[in-house]
Amino acid sequence: MVYSLDNLDTLLSLYRTAFLIRHVELEIAREYPKGEMRCPVHLSVGQEITSAVFSVFQTNRDYAVSSHRAHAHYLAKGGNLNAMISEIFGKVTGCSKGRGGSMHLSDPNVRFMGSSAIVGNSIPVGVGIAYGIKLRNEEAKSFIFFGDGATEEGVFYESINFAAIHNLPTIFICENNFYSVYTSLNARRPRDFEITKVIGEMGIISRKVAFGDIVGLIEAFHEIEKRQGPFFLEVETYRWLEHCGPNEDDFLGYRAIEERETFLTYNVLSELEKLILKVNLKNEELLSAIRLDIKNFVKDAFTFARESPFPDLASSIGDFNE
Amino acid sequence: MNKPVAPGNTVAEEILRQQTTILEQFPEAVIFGLGINDPKGVFGTTLGLFERFGENRVFETPTAENASLGLAVGLSIAGFKPIVVHQRLDFFLLAMDQLVNSAAKWRYMFGDTYKTPMIIRLIVGRGWGQGPTHSQNLHSWFTHIPGLRVFFPSSGEDFGQVFEQALHENYPTIVIEDRWVHQLQSRVSNPCNLNQSTWTKLLVTGNDLTLLTFGFNVIIGFKLVEFFRKLGVGIELIDLVALKPLDLQPVINSVNKTRKLLVVDSGFELASIGSYIAQVIYKSAFMILEQPIEVITSGDHPEPTSHGIIKNAKINAISIANVICKMSGIFPLPDFESLEVSTPDVPNESFYGPF
Repeated sequence: MVYSLDNLDTLLSLYRTAFLIRHVELEIAREYPKGEMRCPVHLSVGQEITSAVFSVFQTNRDYAVSSHRAHAHYLAKGGNLNAMISEIFGKVTGCSKGRGGSMHLSDPNVRFMGSSAIVGNSIPVGVGIAYGIKLRNEEAKSFIFFGDGATEEGVFYESINFAAIHNLPTIFICENNFYSVYTSLNARRPRDFEITKVIGEMGIISRKVAFGDIVGLIEAFHEIEKRQGPFFLEVETYRWLEHCGPNEDDFLGYRAIEERETFLTYNVLSELEKLILKVNLKNEELLSAIRLDIKNFVKDAFTFARESPFPDLASSIGDFNE
Repeated sequence: MNKPVAPGNTVAEEILRQQTTILEQFPEAVIFGLGINDPKGVFGTTLGLFERFGENRVFETPTAENASLGLAVGLSIAGFKPIVVHQRLDFFLLAMDQLVNSAAKWRYMFGDTYKTPMIIRLIVGRGWGQGPTHSQNLHSWFTHIPGLRVFFPSSGEDFGQVFEQALHENYPTIVIEDRWVHQLQSRVSNPCNLNQSTWTKLLVTGNDLTLLTFGFNVIIGFKLVEFFRKLGVGIELIDLVALKPLDLQPVINSVNKTRKLLVVDSGFELASIGSYIAQVIYKSAFMILEQPIEVITSGDHPEPTSHGIIKNAKINAISIANVICKMSGIFPLPDFESLEVSTPDVPNESFYGPF
């Protein structure tokens, strides 16, 4: 299937996922101060579009793993929302029975195979899944989501190299928000360094999508869909809230004012809304209905999480003798 | 189940044979590591697997220890049974993130959703100048991590049984191999061993002193049993094949009889599995012990490389015998000549380097 920003179905699909992610994250942020979600949360507000496009292209056969900032990827893969919110609440109904929290999400029913709190940690795991796909001759891809910080880890290069040697169906997706916690790329890379060039030289097709280029992002995914082997995609993005937690952190002064003005004034939801209304002004009703639906859906998930019991200690410490 | 040990096989040949059986029986089993398909085939333990089972299931990895273990995690959660091989345990230290944060945790931290059965074979060098970074016995580290199984077998039969069990586990299994057991003839089961349902294996019965050890030191233990039998001291030799999960009941039973315990732990001294064992036995059998438990370790220093000093830097038959004499009140010390090894840095006279 061909997806395009001229196509209403595509636009609505993107909007649904992007709005779901945005709304879930903002609800977590809004509710967080109540003290019921007592674990680190790395929110994806501002970074929704990569996941939204991914959700349009991915199939039930595909696998995915992610990093500490995994909510968006989990939801885009079709992960169960009740189980995710419950996990953040530390409840037994959580996707990891309350053992993992926000950073350890998984939903094997949709082949979201896990997310990890250690930088770069899930990258080779995703490559292992891809090797399994190859061994079984499955029609599937293994998507691996990580941030720019992970591309500085040794295991990232080990994994890229292995995927290249074996031509594995591994899709490396680097969401580059320019900061590893508060440390800018400028302090972490030589000038003019382009990760896509490095990975390209290692034998993997590499593309970079500039900030806000939804068309380019869709094109890249079309290319991923067509190709068999490994693929590296860097997507520029920008985080609206603090690295970890529900608040803004720009009072710390680590991001330049001009930079913030460039990136924070771009709102991907408004962009999608504009495009949808351009197709037909009457679509405003449709958008309202989508938003209302999702808001109710999310509200129910929070209620579900709140009403769910905590796990007991005996089952939470695990049974390593089983 | 495993075929019985083929008579005349070395331990390395047994390891190869058992892995062959696994690859035959389990289509989802794969084996990989650096050097696995090279002409030496990891000391002969992987020779011919590639030719027989093909490049998809038997594959070389780049020098990428951390990614290799991550790969095993990904494979295992996707339903495969990976065997990861490292020619030296010391190289595997680069994979600690994947071991501790992924392999050991994936099942636990996602609420028991996944299984991560895998065999991680780690070989420990010994002698011939292996030195500070090729001979480290770091098994105690691994026992510290919830979610791992840690084995240190020394007979071909035990390797086979450990591999077999590991494939049916929900968690990863680390199998540590003393380089020096590879070329030994695989010993056949001790008859008293057959009915034991524990990995803490009673190898030789004796009334006077319990000697608990594992790995190559078990081989030394057999020598000591003979040596002290002639001196009228009955040593009960117990092989701790599994360091985790740890079953110390057979040791408690033994100590109730001998009232003396000597633990020989090839690891470094502080926070060693040997000291933990002593603590458990003190708690369970304090009143029955005739004297303090002795724990021999590799001390609190790296292993020097020079073959000129290795003789006294490493646990050996004589260093253990000295402690047994002390514990048994044998004085003056007997002649240890029959325990002397003319070339202490090689496993046998025919060994001629380099590793």
